[in-house]
Amino acid sequence: MAKIIVDGTEVDVPAEYTLLQACEVAGVEIPRFCFHERLSIAGNCRMCLVEVKGGPPKPTASCAMAVKDLRPGSNGEPPVVLTKSPMVKKAREGVMEFLLINHPLDCPICDQGGECDLQDQAMAYGVDTSRFAENKRAVEDKYIGPLVRTSMNRCIHCTRCVRFSTEVAGVPDLGAIGRGEDMEITTYLEHAMRSEMQGNVADLCPVGALTHKPYAFHARPWELGKTESIDVMDAAGSNIRIDTRGREVMRILPRTSEAVNEEWISDKTRYVWDGLKTQRLDRPYVRRDGRLAPATWTEAFDAIAAKVKAADPTRIGALVGDLATVEEAFALKGLMDGLGSGNIDCRQDGAALDPAHGRASYVFNPGIAGIEEAGAILIVGSDPRHEAPVINARIRKRWRATAGTLKVGLIGAPVDLTYPCDYLGAGPDSLADLAGTGTFADVLKAADKPLVIVGQAALARPDGAAILALAARLAVAVGAVKDGWNGFAVLHTAAGRVGALDVGCVPAAGASDAAAMAAPGGLDVAFLLGADEIEVAPGAFTVYIGTHGDRGAHRADVILPGAAYSEKSGLYVNTEGRVQFANRAAFPPGDAREDWAVLRALSEVLGTKLPYDSLFALRAALVAAHPHLGRLDVLEPAGADAVIALGQTSGTTDRAAFGLAVTDFYLTNPIARASAVMAECSALRLGGATAVAAE
Amino acid sequence: MLHDKDRIFTNLYGIHDFGLQGALKRGNWDGTKAILEKGRDWIINEMKASGLRGRGGAGFSTGLKWSFMPKQSDGRPHYLVVNADESEPGTCKDREIMRNDPHTLIEGCLIASFAMGAHAAYIYVRGEYVRERERLEAAIDQAYEANLIGKDNIHGYPFDLYVHHGAGAYICGEETALLESLEGKKGMPRLKPPFPANMGLYGCPTTVNNVESIAVAPEILRRGAAWFAGIGRANNVGTKLFGISGHVNTPCVVEDAMGTTFKELVERHGGGVRGGWDNLLAIIPGGASCPIIPAAHCEDLIMDFDGTRAAKSSLGTAGILVMDKSTDVVRAIARISYFFKHESCGQCTPCREGTGWMWRVLNRMAEGRAQKREIDVLLEVTSQIEGHTICALGDAAAWPVQGLIRHFRHEIEKRIDQYAANPHSDAAIMPVAAE
Repeated sequence: MAKIIVDGTEVDVPAEYTLLQACEVAGVEIPRFCFHERLSIAGNCRMCLVEVKGGPPKPTASCAMAVKDLRPGSNGEPPVVLTKSPMVKKAREGVMEFLLINHPLDCPICDQGGECDLQDQAMAYGVDTSRFAENKRAVEDKYIGPLVRTSMNRCIHCTRCVRFSTEVAGVPDLGAIGRGEDMEITTYLEHAMRSEMQGNVADLCPVGALTHKPYAFHARPWELGKTESIDVMDAAGSNIRIDTRGREVMRILPRTSEAVNEEWISDKTRYVWDGLKTQRLDRPYVRRDGRLAPATWTEAFDAIAAKVKAADPTRIGALVGDLATVEEAFALKGLMDGLGSGNIDCRQDGAALDPAHGRASYVFNPGIAGIEEAGAILIVGSDPRHEAPVINARIRKRWRATAGTLKVGLIGAPVDLTYPCDYLGAGPDSLADLAGTGTFADVLKAADKPLVIVGQAALARPDGAAILALAARLAVAVGAVKDGWNGFAVLHTAAGRVGALDVGCVPAAGASDAAAMAAPGGLDVAFLLGADEIEVAPGAFTVYIGTHGDRGAHRADVILPGAAYSEKSGLYVNTEGRVQFANRAAFPPGDAREDWAVLRALSEVLGTKLPYDSLFALRAALVAAHPHLGRLDVLEPAGADAVIALGQTSGTTDRAAFGLAVTDFYLTNPIARASAVMAECSALRLGGATAVAAE
Repeated sequence: MLHDKDRIFTNLYGIHDFGLQGALKRGNWDGTKAILEKGRDWIINEMKASGLRGRGGAGFSTGLKWSFMPKQSDGRPHYLVVNADESEPGTCKDREIMRNDPHTLIEGCLIASFAMGAHAAYIYVRGEYVRERERLEAAIDQAYEANLIGKDNIHGYPFDLYVHHGAGAYICGEETALLESLEGKKGMPRLKPPFPANMGLYGCPTTVNNVESIAVAPEILRRGAAWFAGIGRANNVGTKLFGISGHVNTPCVVEDAMGTTFKELVERHGGGVRGGWDNLLAIIPGGASCPIIPAAHCEDLIMDFDGTRAAKSSLGTAGILVMDKSTDVVRAIARISYFFKHESCGQCTPCREGTGWMWRVLNRMAEGRAQKREIDVLLEVTSQIEGHTICALGDAAAWPVQGLIRHFRHEIEKRIDQYAANPHSDAAIMPVAAE
């Protein structure tokens, strides 16, 4: 710790703190543009200049100078930093004037208006007139992809975007060409950016040079309602803020959450919102004469009731979709219990995860933040870059924090993860080899906190249970499961999966699982709660409760319109087992209702009325049955014994290589598939691949 | 006046063989092993005692700079980097060393590297210096062949010397930008601290020295610090290469004692000011970044660090630009301003934005197309750049403008008055607009 006096206030801060951080500890705000807590220090905007007493007679960039680099006074008194002196005031006004001389005065048509650092700081630290009488610099706008719009006249060259893409995203597409006042930020030959997290550069941009293309000219920040919610595009459970105007979702932004997504979100999370407005199911439909026809709720319920009453309970089944809240999964399970059926499954892809093995067998035990402690990482059958970009960014952050010495082993499809990997093999055999000996097994053993990540591509196959057991055995063998550290981590791809597993949405003993239910002749009546990733064979009478006219709706005999994740309040459990609460930001369209209410109404028609009349009562029943779901935003250790026990189960694996759980990052769920922006990104990704090959 | 016996660079004009044979005749590589045998501390102390101040412009004590290198390696290698990116307008002294007396530099590299525990040294040669690089590389090859340097050389100190050819950016002469460029990155200055002596090339302790500072070291150590310290004035000792260019009859690079007066330099070596001493308008004493000194102050101007400082300028690289009365001084400074605008790396705000602003205003002032109050605005802009940037290029861009306003404000005002009196005459349109 080191003492430092900031504007007369003495504070005690860690010696490696920068002056800027020390000033913040002392409660003094320092204006800045280029400095960002999660990026490297550039020190180029010069807005954070402060005066250091006893130093050189010129101001110092506080973002780059460490407290320990300051010399104490002649009698050992702490160094003195002034932030309100005439020198500092003049420096700030000078830098602000320089920033503004070539910045266009187009705030009235700029999307950043109202949330612009340059606007705010010009008000606070600038002067009110300009002395610059020359022509302003003009810079051509660049094409850098379908998601980020450029207006390069506005660029102040802080290089936050360059540093983000190089450091955090790991896809260094952005850079600066030219020098001096001709310096321009661009991608190489105006290629589209290829990161899955490129939208964050528009958030980072302190001015309006990079803005969100799909949101361009749509709204002003001050007219938007802001709702805190949780993302469902992947299983990371990124904390988001949904901005709405009236009933319409206008944009989605990240919320800061150190434990989950820091302050990044993936492009799918951010730009999927146009999918919330298209292909929506806004009224019930009933299939008549082979065609789906609009119907009333009563007609739809009657049609279902007729089929259910005629069916044997063991021939009725339900599938929980990937975007379902915990409440819905719980209500659906309650409904099936009421009907006397044990046929319920949330694992559309057939992943061999079973709550019977204990919670630790299906969650990301060390937590996302725990990645930053990992000493070595083994990735089995997973492509975290596309399955959960923010988690991949954490692994990359860890790799950077270790100065590139972190060893990452990869078994499965050979994918580019933005950090170097030791490629160990394609399938279960490579995993089995590792379980015996192998150099990478030694790397894991030697590491302080080894981490074994198991992805869905390894589990969603007939020998998934054996592979899961093998991975657990390996994790125990290399010391990944010990006191104070459980490095056995299952990476999910579906936002609703862990929650549904938590409430037991798996077949009862002797009942059918997802594959059996979907097989020809598997069921007489099938309820699909937003289950679009599975094809129910012809024959079963299918009831689809969901939001979009996607695969499930096309297969359905009755459609009950539900609410998308932005339109309902509910709990989600992310891949690490963290229970998070999502608020409702908008309302479902037309006749659509929140899914729990649909299930509750349906249960009454089917004669097995669910015992709750409000979402609060439902939630109370849920928490009574599963107390851990009432503890929000905490990561509870799931018990390492489960992993050890899991490792002792046995099974045989086949030789087939692991595939990919996510083949098209941009089109993984009904909402994304309804989004024109996601479709464009997907087409560009596929087309871009051929273009590169042709080059 | 420097005696011939005190000259360090005895082949400055390329009259003799630049190669090893010639160098040996001139006394290079004489007793190098004996110097090394006296040890690191002796060398550094001797360099400190010699009073040699860095010849790249800032004038920091070379011996002191060498002493900043860690005494013991913490496992990281040490590096010596020689700054041969001589791009300052008006400066052309290092090229004479590299093409005519390269072995002084090579020997200096060995000794300096030994003194700071470096086993590898890099010479970063300016992009435009193609022939100089070829000569230097040829000389290095000779030194390797004669086993003077290399892994297992006759001096018993493993040492490798590499030449890196720059791509012609002025900013790469800034020591940290040079390191960035050497590492293969864009030449943009780094933030200091950490200083290169702690975190330099590839994150290892590094010292960056000017060519001349390194090249004079062997001779100083051979003849003794006292000899070097005996030349010149106190605190401004030794010999120095002066470049005299501009409106003189015989422009040249010459080695002379520090503390020689400007008048003697220009009269004896430069052949006098074109049109006689009374035709002198002003000089820029040390490369484009130093403030201008008007003729009135040149009469008794002593050409060393303190002498130029007394005239509110600086010695810089001692590349003297002489301007006679035919010079359009406003346009001259406007052109220098354009140079800095063109060479700003664009990293930090005041320099990126301010250099262009200054150039544009000066360009108008050169025509007279300005308001008198803008002179004060311009002066304030320079003060907003100076001291607010990451590296010294901001300062270097601001000083010439400050010097112009300090000494030639009347000239700018006159120009403005002329233009205001007759704004549409053809004569008022200066050819600068066509540039």
